[in-house]
Amino acid sequence: MSRRFVIGLTTIVALAALWYVATIPLALISPGRFPSPVDVWISFRQVAFAGYANGLLYQHVLHSLKLVVFGFLVAAGTGVPLGLLMGWSRRAEALINPVFLLIRPIPPLAWIPLAILWLGIGDAAKIMVIWFAAFVPSVINSFTGVRTIEPSIIEAAHMLGTPRYRFITEVLIPASAPMIFTGLRLSLQASWTTLVAAELVGALYGLGRILNVAQQDIYPGMIFVGMACVAVLGWATTRLLAEFETFSLPWIQMAREY
Amino acid sequence: MSGVPAQRLTRLDAMAYGTVGVILFFGIWSLLSLSGAVPKQFLPTPYDVASRFVQLLSTPFAGATLQQHLASSFMRFAYGFLLGAAVGIPLGLLMGWFRVLDEIVSPVFDALRFIAPIAWVPFAALWFGTGIGGPILIIFAGAFPPCLINTYRGARFVSRPLIEAAQMLGTGNLRIILEVLLPASTASIIAGLRISAGLGWQSLIGAELIVASTGVGFMMVQAQLNMSTATVMSVMVAIGLVGLLIDVALRWIEAAVRQRGFA
Repeated sequence: MSRRFVIGLTTIVALAALWYVATIPLALISPGRFPSPVDVWISFRQVAFAGYANGLLYQHVLHSLKLVVFGFLVAAGTGVPLGLLMGWSRRAEALINPVFLLIRPIPPLAWIPLAILWLGIGDAAKIMVIWFAAFVPSVINSFTGVRTIEPSIIEAAHMLGTPRYRFITEVLIPASAPMIFTGLRLSLQASWTTLVAAELVGALYGLGRILNVAQQDIYPGMIFVGMACVAVLGWATTRLLAEFETFSLPWIQMAREY
Repeated sequence: MSGVPAQRLTRLDAMAYGTVGVILFFGIWSLLSLSGAVPKQFLPTPYDVASRFVQLLSTPFAGATLQQHLASSFMRFAYGFLLGAAVGIPLGLLMGWFRVLDEIVSPVFDALRFIAPIAWVPFAALWFGTGIGGPILIIFAGAFPPCLINTYRGARFVSRPLIEAAQMLGTGNLRIILEVLLPASTASIIAGLRISAGLGWQSLIGAELIVASTGVGFMMVQAQLNMSTATVMSVMVAIGLVGLLIDVALRWIEAAVRQRGFA
């Protein structure tokens, strides 16, 4: 075990102990402000087995997860090709970039009221907002990925007379892949933030809904459970994407292992 | 020889394409709205939005004019952002220098990092109310992590010989942090501040959509409830403009700092 791991673990254990001592035996923090570990456990059991805010925990989690995955895939499926196209063709860049620059300063969360006006508080509005939020990082990073490819690689491919299709699949995409993945990671984070915000503003199910109802009920234990779920899901999906990245870019992994 | 992209454009060509792009964007938008393909109530024309924008500058909506709402949002943003920088930068420098502190703070920070800033809204409202305290906590939650991460990375990757030279001359911890690490990581810190400002501004809008009784986010919610799409879009434009101005200001600072030769 490394020194780093031991110190880290000690800190976490110490904080947990401090949390317990400050809330239950000493009652330094009022239970109406911050929950004790026991409150959290009770809230967790309630939402997991009895249900809270229209559903059981797994239903809320699945609902949020479904929207994030769907919105993220739509954003990546449109954003990455657009970014690659803009990187590849100066004409496409010159045509699209000014419009992109006009829209980009509007933060994704500011689209939420418009999405509700257009599509209501159902799933379609959430997917639209996630799409807008996750689209931008995908485009920018794919674009940068193409523009930072070493010219010598491209010249070599051209010299060997690589046909356009093979050039795209075997040179352009692999060479910009690390940047594309950077963009996807940012897109995924943006997807979660936007979804939680959209669900807090208005939803029938989902983690944001749990948080919203818990806030109205002034129920700190449940707020804690909702936040913990957001963190765990955000972490797990990011992890999954990182695994996928190592799986699809074996050459990067080999370069990192020194 | 050809790199990516394959073809080069003259400046004039690029401008022509850009103009065509922008005209297409506004043209399609206007056409959709004017032709009635999308009801005007849901998609007002660009002209409607522009005139509504001007109107909102003088007529109060949801209790105040657009610039008053913007001012109250900006105040919240400024407090939260400055707080994020005031905590994030010193902590990042200390973590970059003292290994123990890094080892203690990192796991806690990593555990908290995955909570979307906006998920702090319920606790923020519970602890600090919905006036100014609650929103500040949420902006802080958005703005603090990039400040910390960038400062830490900047301080961590200062070239060893520079630090060793300072140590050899008997420089104390405090002076190393202030006179070696800080100047050497300025570029990274300012890059972090720009990310922070963007995330902080966006978190604020989110917070105001959910809990607030003033500010641009609140204004948008009211407009949405009144089914006034033109107002929602005008406020979006205003939010985008302020966000852009904040970024321009930070870029200007970045350039100024670079010119003084710190970075």
